[in-house]
Amino acid sequence: MDLRFRDVEPTPEERAAIDAVLGPPPSAWEGGARTEADLRFASGGHAARERRDQLLPALHAVNDRIGWISEGALDHICRRLTVPPAEAYGVATFYSLFSVKPRPKRVLHVCTDLACQARGADAVRRSVEEQYGPPGVSWTPSPCLGLCERAPAALALEAGETPKAAVYGDLPHDEPVDLTERDEPAAEAAVPQAGDPSLVLLRRIGRADPASLDDYRANGGYAALRRAFDLGPAGVIREVLESGLVGRGGAAFPTGRKWEATARQPDHPHYLVCNADESEPGTFKDRVIMEGDPYALVEAMTVAAYAVGCPKGFIYLRGEYPRALRRLELAIATARSRGFLGDDILGHGFSFDIEIRRGAGAYICGEETAIFNSIEGHRGEPRTKPPFPVEKGLFGKPTVVNNVETLVNVLPILTMGAPAYAAVGTPSSTGTKLFCLSGSVHRPGIYELPFGATLRDLLELAGGATGGGLRAVLLGGAAGAFVRADELDVPLTFEGTRAAGATLGSGVVLVLDDTVDMARILLRIAEFFRDESCGQCVPCRVGTVRQEEALHRISRRPPGADSADDLTLLRDVGRAMRDASICGLGQTAWNAVESAIDRLGVFSPSEAK
Amino acid sequence: MTVPLQPPRRLLEITVDGEAVRVPEGSTILDACTATGTGVPTLCYGDTLTPKNACRVCVVEVEGSRTLVPACSRKAEAGMVVGTSTERAEHSRKVVLELLASSVDLSTTPRAAEWIEEYGARPERFGPDAATVEQPVKVDNDLYVRDYNKCILCYKCVDACGDQWQNSFAIAVAGRGFDATISTEHDAPLTDSACVYCGNCVEVCPTGALSFKSEFDMRTAGTWNEAEQTRTTTICSYCGVGCNLTLHVQENRIVKVTSPHDNPVTHGNLCIKGRFGFQHVQNVASDG
Repeated sequence: MDLRFRDVEPTPEERAAIDAVLGPPPSAWEGGARTEADLRFASGGHAARERRDQLLPALHAVNDRIGWISEGALDHICRRLTVPPAEAYGVATFYSLFSVKPRPKRVLHVCTDLACQARGADAVRRSVEEQYGPPGVSWTPSPCLGLCERAPAALALEAGETPKAAVYGDLPHDEPVDLTERDEPAAEAAVPQAGDPSLVLLRRIGRADPASLDDYRANGGYAALRRAFDLGPAGVIREVLESGLVGRGGAAFPTGRKWEATARQPDHPHYLVCNADESEPGTFKDRVIMEGDPYALVEAMTVAAYAVGCPKGFIYLRGEYPRALRRLELAIATARSRGFLGDDILGHGFSFDIEIRRGAGAYICGEETAIFNSIEGHRGEPRTKPPFPVEKGLFGKPTVVNNVETLVNVLPILTMGAPAYAAVGTPSSTGTKLFCLSGSVHRPGIYELPFGATLRDLLELAGGATGGGLRAVLLGGAAGAFVRADELDVPLTFEGTRAAGATLGSGVVLVLDDTVDMARILLRIAEFFRDESCGQCVPCRVGTVRQEEALHRISRRPPGADSADDLTLLRDVGRAMRDASICGLGQTAWNAVESAIDRLGVFSPSEAK
Repeated sequence: MTVPLQPPRRLLEITVDGEAVRVPEGSTILDACTATGTGVPTLCYGDTLTPKNACRVCVVEVEGSRTLVPACSRKAEAGMVVGTSTERAEHSRKVVLELLASSVDLSTTPRAAEWIEEYGARPERFGPDAATVEQPVKVDNDLYVRDYNKCILCYKCVDACGDQWQNSFAIAVAGRGFDATISTEHDAPLTDSACVYCGNCVEVCPTGALSFKSEFDMRTAGTWNEAEQTRTTTICSYCGVGCNLTLHVQENRIVKVTSPHDNPVTHGNLCIKGRFGFQHVQNVASDG
């Protein structure tokens, strides 16, 4: 490619940060010092372009070191990777954690999303604004940070030679926010059931040291991989098929079928992608697993890769999860040094390795095809399906994409055996499920229950709702649906919630008591989708804006005023978003608002609040 | 003009609005609709580009599909039952037109007004405060103008500038969601970008967001009169490639240059000389 660069020099610090990720430039063609040899050959072609997937890591490197991405830094990255500057600029401006304008090294991200809003995020936002001024410079309101059990919460990211991150939970209302350094509570603090012997997926959390491979093995670790080697790849897939495991990310697709279809593809290599871009507001289960039991994910990915025939796996991790990143990095490095990853794993002749790719603040990158574009160094826009990932996924090769929770379910399937696993739960929803309880409950956190338990069981386990009384429960997050306080007997299974006109989604159970302003919650949901729409297709790009505008108009009217026109408008736009959007984001952007209007009667004339 | 023969392809039978139609394997639903004479509106579809299916105005209902599908990109499959004018498809089409017309200036988009009327779209229903993409027109060179008030973000210019045709990569989509725009790096003027002024982006722009400076100036002055223009296709005289030029002439002056999309060599693409190098033709008398 004959690219034109901007000829803006990076600062030495920016150059050092980029070269630390990409290695020193091999020639002047890639931004190094010019030597006589450079004049006699040209660099280019596939070899030069093949490193495009390093674009996101390189952008992270600059952002982590400097705090923002300057013209010089972007230009240097483009030279190093043979990426057109306009495209790199398009990628850098796609992610909310990156800035192409100068900003302070330390930026505080204050969660204003649903779970935090139900616990007073508005008050926190006000006091932060008093302390630090208007948002956008040293602090910024943020979508859900996945710290819902500690709501209201905030995350501070500080750029530097060693970038720092600090999380703040249970922020006090209406008093100055104290941002002094403090220790983050252990991962098991988010698991009220920790230590309960009936736990399956969470059983090691709080028992085994998340840093220690020996502890992991002493608590049953790597038994599943040994069984997998005994069964062979086809045997593993058979077990997973027979277990009835379906995806836990929200779409509930049978995992075994996905694996089988990918394993059969003649095109090679096959890739495994672990979707750890947990961004659905109110979801934090994957974070707790990765922080509390990181080796389980490493082992589960190894099993999946063995079954599907993948030499390489990627964990696409949310950019807002610094502790999960540290723990996974350590777990992967330790597993590699001990022969559990790399060449010839456990002497079985199977080679597999895992690379972590960090997201940079984009909900849409949790969409299974957007994740591929993001890893490959393009804008995280969903692709058109078909072709499906099992045929053409990451780098155009057959790919399995599984959520973290889905993958760790493979371990009990192999250790217990498929029949024993399938005996747990209901016939069409087998095994146990992690539920992310947040909002107005006494003991928020991650709960593990066999499928079939009702919403009432779960709420009782969490100590019930706070406040005067229960107003509503949001199931499945912003893309989910509300249920009423008199519908608590809905069984928490895929089929049960579907029959009740709701969805289990990713396992979000956000409890709202009667002190929560429903109109504000709906506005926040609409604002979330407007912010997170990638902008590719018209129904979602403009529809999410029109949805938010209509909700603003309705909520500004006095209670009981006639909003029939705006409600019709919401329904018309919502239906078009659901029918005509490219991906699941647009298709579900109207779900929660619709259910609040239809099931809860929000905005109905009788609902005079 | 000889067009190379394609290898024979198997025919598939699909049903469009109750009518059976046989199309070659690999055809899209849109091809099948064209074959039956069924009109499906399209905006982001380009006959010389890979369908991006971003505008969603061509959505149709396919039996067994949970959502509507874009006719422009979805390949026809044997036995497919397609409904192009079902209530569901027409609802989405209408809302998409409303969403676009309320946020973007469609005044120079061919057929937009006709479709808005056909589907009964009411863009004004979103109220006077509805957000729009309004912004200053970008005039940073003498050859063409970028008026992103008219941009529906169809990606066609990006694809034409990038790996589908020109390989200049001067522009890309930047930002996200409603704030996404077509932009050079750091929003630099075109004169500081990788643009080579081939104008192939202008050729594919479906809304007039990209236009010849000559057209833009005449529209501003109120002298642009398409009905009076003649179109003459000729051969570019600059080099030996022999690209076809279509000269748009108003009052005996060339006002813009396009190129036939069905030309098997150039597919509507030109270089800066063919596209914009016409001034010498009309300077003779006055400046001679």
